Amino acid sequence: MLGAARRQLGSGPMLGQVLRRLRPAAVAEATRGYSAAAKEMTVRDALNSALDEEMSADPSVFLMGEEVGEYQGAYKISKGLLDKYGPDRVLDTPITEAGFTGIGVGAAYQGLRPIVEFMTFNFSMQAIDHIINSAAKSNYMSAGQISVPIVFRGPNGAAAGVGAQHSQCYAAWYAHVPGLKVLTPYSAEDARGLLKAAIRDPDPVIFLENELLYGESFPVSAEVLDSSFCLPIGKAKIEREGKDVTITAFSKMVGYALQAAEILSKEGISAEVINLRSIRPLDRAAINASVRKTNRLVTVEEGFPQHGVGSEICMSVVEDSFEYLDAPVERIAGADVPMPYAANLERMAVPQVSSFSSILNFLLALAHTV
Amino acid sequence: MAAASFTAAKFLAPVAARSGGEKAPPLPAGASSSSFARAMRRGGAHHPRLRTALAVSSDVLAGNKAQAAAANPAVTREEALELYEDMVLGRVFEDMCAQMYYRGKMFGFVHLYNGQEAVSTGFIKYLNQADCVVSTYRDHVHALSKGVPARSVMAELFGKATGCCRGQGGSMHMFSAPHNLLGGFAFIGEGIPVATGAAFAAKYRHEVLKQSGPDGLDVTVAFFGDGTCNNGQFFECLNMAQLWKLPIIFVVENNLWAIGMSHLRATSDPEIFKKGPAFGMPGVHVDGMDVLKVREVAKEAIDRARRGEGPTLVECETYRFRGHSLADPDELRKPGKDYFPVSFYFFASLVKFLVLTRLSGEMENGIKASLAKFAVVWYSVVPIELVNETLLSDFSFLSSLHSSYLICQHSDRYDEKSHYAARDPITALKKYIIEENLGTESELKSIEKKIEDVVEEAVEFADASPHPPRSQLLENVFADPKGFGIGPDGKYRCEDPKFTQGTAQV
Repeated sequence: MLGAARRQLGSGPMLGQVLRRLRPAAVAEATRGYSAAAKEMTVRDALNSALDEEMSADPSVFLMGEEVGEYQGAYKISKGLLDKYGPDRVLDTPITEAGFTGIGVGAAYQGLRPIVEFMTFNFSMQAIDHIINSAAKSNYMSAGQISVPIVFRGPNGAAAGVGAQHSQCYAAWYAHVPGLKVLTPYSAEDARGLLKAAIRDPDPVIFLENELLYGESFPVSAEVLDSSFCLPIGKAKIEREGKDVTITAFSKMVGYALQAAEILSKEGISAEVINLRSIRPLDRAAINASVRKTNRLVTVEEGFPQHGVGSEICMSVVEDSFEYLDAPVERIAGADVPMPYAANLERMAVPQVSSFSSILNFLLALAHTV
Repeated sequence: MAAASFTAAKFLAPVAARSGGEKAPPLPAGASSSSFARAMRRGGAHHPRLRTALAVSSDVLAGNKAQAAAANPAVTREEALELYEDMVLGRVFEDMCAQMYYRGKMFGFVHLYNGQEAVSTGFIKYLNQADCVVSTYRDHVHALSKGVPARSVMAELFGKATGCCRGQGGSMHMFSAPHNLLGGFAFIGEGIPVATGAAFAAKYRHEVLKQSGPDGLDVTVAFFGDGTCNNGQFFECLNMAQLWKLPIIFVVENNLWAIGMSHLRATSDPEIFKKGPAFGMPGVHVDGMDVLKVREVAKEAIDRARRGEGPTLVECETYRFRGHSLADPDELRKPGKDYFPVSFYFFASLVKFLVLTRLSGEMENGIKASLAKFAVVWYSVVPIELVNETLLSDFSFLSSLHSSYLICQHSDRYDEKSHYAARDPITALKKYIIEENLGTESELKSIEKKIEDVVEEAVEFADASPHPPRSQLLENVFADPKGFGIGPDGKYRCEDPKFTQGTAQV
């Protein structure tokens, strides 16, 4: 609106004075009306704002990792933070995952709250000794004397055409370890809320982002933008309600599941999509409640199928809601191969939207014949 | 104590002079431009760098004596008795651990520190409560020196609920938050980055949070062995500690053995202290069997770190009198019964050669092999690994000679244990105290008696303590188990159902 006014009256300092003299109330009203509309935020901005707010709220929070400072972040997640907080609190590290992860853990032992960024979680394998042995186990080994309020974050899972060594999903690996909390945000709201919760949490948190989601925009409400906004760790979100089948997914797969649910709804199948948000602890209550409602379950993940997240969810449902299942639990996962490079092979190695529909149709057809 | 002992006071003087006038500001700075920030912004390009080997000094290795030491280091009577008491506590405690282990009270992996007490006492007794110590699995004596009561350590080893970690850590994982003992790590090299992180936190607290201690920065001391100095994390942390000028001292307890791997067999350049200057920090080598020398070096390094001048690498030449752990039969360091001259080995190999070649045409390989083994076992000087390598493969004269050469190479090993036993740090300090009239024989005896009572009492306490309750199994996995955004009223901070439910608009 103001833009249109500018074009009519011309630009320059005169405009502001004119507007202020003639219609101050109307201008204010126009501004107010504009901000009340639904805002969209990319996941990248959500993460950046969460980091910014937590660092300004608590001076013991600091960020360390490769390229987080002067390069503004390998994926620009930490853009602007170096200028705002200085090199004392936004540290560019040398390429020494084992070393700087251990340094983060040691700083956390002494009460600081580090955020360690891995350029991708594949590189966390070089530091996994510190994540598990010095971070996850320390509160237990010291009988509560030494807690480790650290966050390990970075992109996880497959990107596009980056090859086998850059494409692995580590959700199942870290979710296996007692002493860690593992979070997998999907939308901008998840990213903001869960990252803030992770930074405030007194325990080691693995925060698995996804590179392909960084640029995606999601609508966010005013509460989400509030600086005290925080999501609970260990609670899933029912992204879409349904009654015929439950689909659990996390990270990028939530988007695919929602698309699949849309396609299925046109064929008369109403799917309930659960965004897990937290792999450890898993929101078993929500998953089981949903399965008891729909009686069918499909688990979706991007990672390798054996010993994956889906296996754990299936077991949880078998333990708690076995009588409610009308059909065997179906698992959609990545192919059991290291990620190939060729574009067509890569597409085949990761679940696609079409994989969902075919499995679900099969399941439901099976159910109807019984 | 040798008359010419090491004074470390000046080992950094040449370095400071060469740094082109750019020296670290005195602490506490409180200035707007912190040295920390400056050091990190510099990124190394204009960083005062130590370029020559003058940053390296050793009082043990010939040809490397940077300073000629004039007098013995000064130590007061109280200090000397304190050092003596601490070392005796370490020794008596570890001996008691061995006894308890063989009686089944202690179990699992137990690694004893006998012989290395001078290093622990020399460094840790100069630290404050707020300074941190990070150790390896050989951590009982570090815990004791740092002030953890002997009864807590003993109870921890017995796996009782009154241990310093309530029985959840064990021998290899001693933690004590009030004493700033940050572990106790089983993995080689794992403690070094953690220690570097603790030093980072000390510097951060000073520079960013503006919480200064009265003496300067809180210092962290990382103890680790010679085997660890080949590990990647060691070098990564030398780099980052110097890059960011962290208040840390890297103390290498070079006892020449990593389980059964001799330091010389594992390391391309065995002089570890030289690796410090490669990263720009001073590297010092000191006789780790002499607690006063260690203390001198410790004072210099710790004071330097407190002033914010950065890390130091200290290599302490020391020795462990017992095996790697109580489960280690310690065969590779077995002392020889006799020390044979070189010519004997030559003749022995000649005889072996003749005997075996005579037999080669007449008997089966199996018998040949057994005879070969018998021959060397009879000499009882060749370790079993050399038998396999050289004597069974072929019986040429060259191989016999080679085996003799190897024997000679290793023969100095057979002096090792007695060589270091003669340099026992406790007897050396005792001798020094009596010679310098810092204490009488009876005073020292009463200290020993007192320590023995302390350790006995610790054992009784540990024995009488209860095992952990069953409920302890699931405790302390998380500091905040419910965590998850639960506020003080017990409800989730974001109970708004909008955040856990919704029908998506795709």
